[in-house]
Amino acid sequence: MKKILFLAVAVMLTVSLAACGTKGETGSGNTQNNGKTDTQAGGSAALSGSLLAAGSTALQPLVDQVSKKFMADPKYSGITVQVQGGGSGTGLTQVSGGQADIGNSDIYAEEKFKDADADKAKELVDHQVAVVAMATVVNKDITVDNLTKQQLVDIFTGKVTNWKDVGGQDEKITIVNRPSSSGTRKTFEKYALGTKSEDLQGSIQEDSSGTVKKLVAETPGAIGYLAFSYIDDSVKTLKYDGVEPKEENVVTGDYPVWAYEHMYTKGEPNEIAKAFLDYMVSVEVQNTDVVELGYIPVGKMQVKRDAAGTITK
Amino acid sequence: MSAKIANKLATAVIITITSLMVLAVVGLLGFIIVRGLGHISFHFLTSAPETIKAGGGIGPQLFNSIFLLLLTLIITIPLGLGAGIYMSEYAKPGRFTDSIRLVVEVLSSFPSIVIGLFGLLVIVNLFGFGFSLFSGALALTVFNLPLMVRITEQSLRGVPREQKEASLALGLSRWKTITSVMLPIAMPTIVTGTILAAGRVFGEAAALLFTAGMSSPRLDFTDWNPLSPFSPLNPFRPAETLAVHIWKINSEGLAPDAAQIAAGASAVLLIMVLIFNFAARWFGRLLHRKFTATK
Amino acid sequence: MYRPAEGEQPLHQRLQKKHAKPHIMEEWVGKVYTTLCILVLVVTIVAIVYFVASRGLSTFLVNGVSLSGLLTGLKWDPEGDIPLFGALPFIFGSFSTSLLAALIAAPLGCCAAIFMTQIMPGFGRRVLQPVIELLAGIPSVVYGFVGLTVIVPLLRSTFPGQGIGIAAGALVLSVMILPTITTIATDALASLPFGLKEGSYALGATRWQTIYRIVIPTTLPSLLTGVVLGMSRAFGEALAVQMVIGNAPHIPHSLFESASTLTSAITLGMGNTVMGSAHNNALWSLALILLLMTFVFVFVVRFLERRNKR
Repeated sequence: MKKILFLAVAVMLTVSLAACGTKGETGSGNTQNNGKTDTQAGGSAALSGSLLAAGSTALQPLVDQVSKKFMADPKYSGITVQVQGGGSGTGLTQVSGGQADIGNSDIYAEEKFKDADADKAKELVDHQVAVVAMATVVNKDITVDNLTKQQLVDIFTGKVTNWKDVGGQDEKITIVNRPSSSGTRKTFEKYALGTKSEDLQGSIQEDSSGTVKKLVAETPGAIGYLAFSYIDDSVKTLKYDGVEPKEENVVTGDYPVWAYEHMYTKGEPNEIAKAFLDYMVSVEVQNTDVVELGYIPVGKMQVKRDAAGTITK
Repeated sequence: MSAKIANKLATAVIITITSLMVLAVVGLLGFIIVRGLGHISFHFLTSAPETIKAGGGIGPQLFNSIFLLLLTLIITIPLGLGAGIYMSEYAKPGRFTDSIRLVVEVLSSFPSIVIGLFGLLVIVNLFGFGFSLFSGALALTVFNLPLMVRITEQSLRGVPREQKEASLALGLSRWKTITSVMLPIAMPTIVTGTILAAGRVFGEAAALLFTAGMSSPRLDFTDWNPLSPFSPLNPFRPAETLAVHIWKINSEGLAPDAAQIAAGASAVLLIMVLIFNFAARWFGRLLHRKFTATK
Repeated sequence: MYRPAEGEQPLHQRLQKKHAKPHIMEEWVGKVYTTLCILVLVVTIVAIVYFVASRGLSTFLVNGVSLSGLLTGLKWDPEGDIPLFGALPFIFGSFSTSLLAALIAAPLGCCAAIFMTQIMPGFGRRVLQPVIELLAGIPSVVYGFVGLTVIVPLLRSTFPGQGIGIAAGALVLSVMILPTITTIATDALASLPFGLKEGSYALGATRWQTIYRIVIPTTLPSLLTGVVLGMSRAFGEALAVQMVIGNAPHIPHSLFESASTLTSAITLGMGNTVMGSAHNNALWSLALILLLMTFVFVFVVRFLERRNKR
């Protein structure tokens, strides 16, 4: 029994020692590795090291998919890319604090880092990798096909509570909104409503697209909004001001409810991050994975938009 | 007379409620398993998940769950045993011991989401372990540890006093008495408790979202060098466990068969927990028989 | 950490010179080892409390929100032009769901415990208890999913409203806390002194009279302990509740209207906010409230246990 105990103590000590040892290595390893390749990569073409991209859960499937392809490419076989979720806020915090190399975000960093933190947004460099567009979706029993901007605003601020007031049948409206911190909600408020929506009494709030879709599909009289990639025939999409929510209309700027997906780096990206970000916006990825996952390639857009929402052709 | 009727009535009511409860529980278990069973196949259990295509599996997630559990146990068992022994044998009754016991109780009922956030703040960021299996194991340790301490303490207290005193009277040191007399007697209870607690760890998601992470890097199952970043055995790689995977595909899954995968994964998770439960009972009984028959 | 070691050393050295007994050394190792383990435990909890408190208190210290404003404010709008941090709807939601869950689960758990100890002990302990304890092993993610696919549609079709809300949350939670309550109640009933029950039977009381007049009153504090522990588990549960409760930051008008709890507010908002922002700090304050509530629950349990001992 004594031996067993000594063994246990020994194991514990080794584990904790090993932990401490490797902690030092991995902790600084991330940055050291990157630093090494910075100097190394000047001469040789093969990059090696690791990269951590964290943040937006909405963007995660795309980055995840592309990272798999990226690592399978023999050119980049020395690079490991890790993709983590956690939400846009976590992504921006992590990249700004230096724990992650890339911070994925649904909205501009300027909109998250406000007031005292505004300086932090300035250190971050924006890389727009895709465009995500959103459509208003309703339960299938709703007879309405089109909502004007004003009608949407009335619904989402609680002025209209019954479908009959916007030309539908007599049915109570149930709003399925996102939490007030959500990037998807910010986009919808900014470009579809032009005003803030209220957290109304009785409205449902869910953060995940899957749950929103399920709730809209099942709750009678429900209205919500979803990114194009999540829309299927379990819900009904509505026209916005008479414009069909379709990629063609988004590209021309006729359908305004869209936003960029951002990948932020702190300062200019290092060699590895740059390689990955370049790969992300390469024609091959943009035309295959980005489209397959329901996003719109950035290059296809005929209009541009800045953080303040000003549109340029 | 009325007392007898009341007795019969009450008995009937209790039996009805209890059997309804059992029906509900069995129905719930059956619902989860039957719904997912159709999707479980060898391919599903071993292949990697797909982002947008149908037919993805849960292989790496299953491996990660088990590996994470092992890591957690490696950290928890020595610490929990030690602390439990201290509480039952060395601690002198008094305010200090009292407050430690309070601490253990509080720690065991901590909301797991708070532990996850603490993990993100301290283990992931401050200590720099990053999103990794090791961070996840540490976070899980935080709420497995108090359970372990309580189990050890209670089972040591259950050891008959005569045996302990006889050993001490023979001149054995207190430590020797604990390790070679009391622990073997308490072992069956400790083992059962540990495995049951392990089942809970297996299904934990909230604390892992922010610590072990939500993605699994490509794993090379032929590379068994624990220091290689692609090795499945490397504890410093991020890992998505089964419970986290269910959470992820329920919320942002894009694959056309996401619902079936979630159902299948839930069934697998439940079956694993069932196995843990039966194993715990069986193993506990086995140990009990062994220790009581030979000693 | 070093203190006990230093205190012991001279004594040991003295003894070792005299006898050079290996078991003294052994005893010393054991003591240091177990003390170290307990220290790790204490350090962990102090660290958790410290970090959560330091984050949670900055809402008041840095962002200038008043404590009473947070605790009694009805409007939660941290992203508004004038940010408002009223957490009362969350506090209300947490209390009402966990209380309701305990109200549903307590009678069921006690019934099961009575069945297992008084009516059919053999069958109950061998079959029923393992089955109920299985419930503790089901992951909360799965509970949430089952709640969303089974309970919410059921409530929606039976009662007016959206099906989502406090009732759905409480139902899901009641199943989750059932094993906690049942296990503790069963242990309490089983440890009842044998003579009490026998005495009651000998006086001609029926089984129900014995249960009702003797067994339940004497074990009441223990039964309550189980209920409180179950409530505290319900209070801290996050993922399952968040999926079925609806998450509107308001005090609902009915049980079937979207409501919100402390944990669901944290899960929804934490990932989307950046560390150090007012919104993020406010969420940590909610976590701090959760933490303090855990302490309250533990104190209630200890109070009950002390009464039980008397």
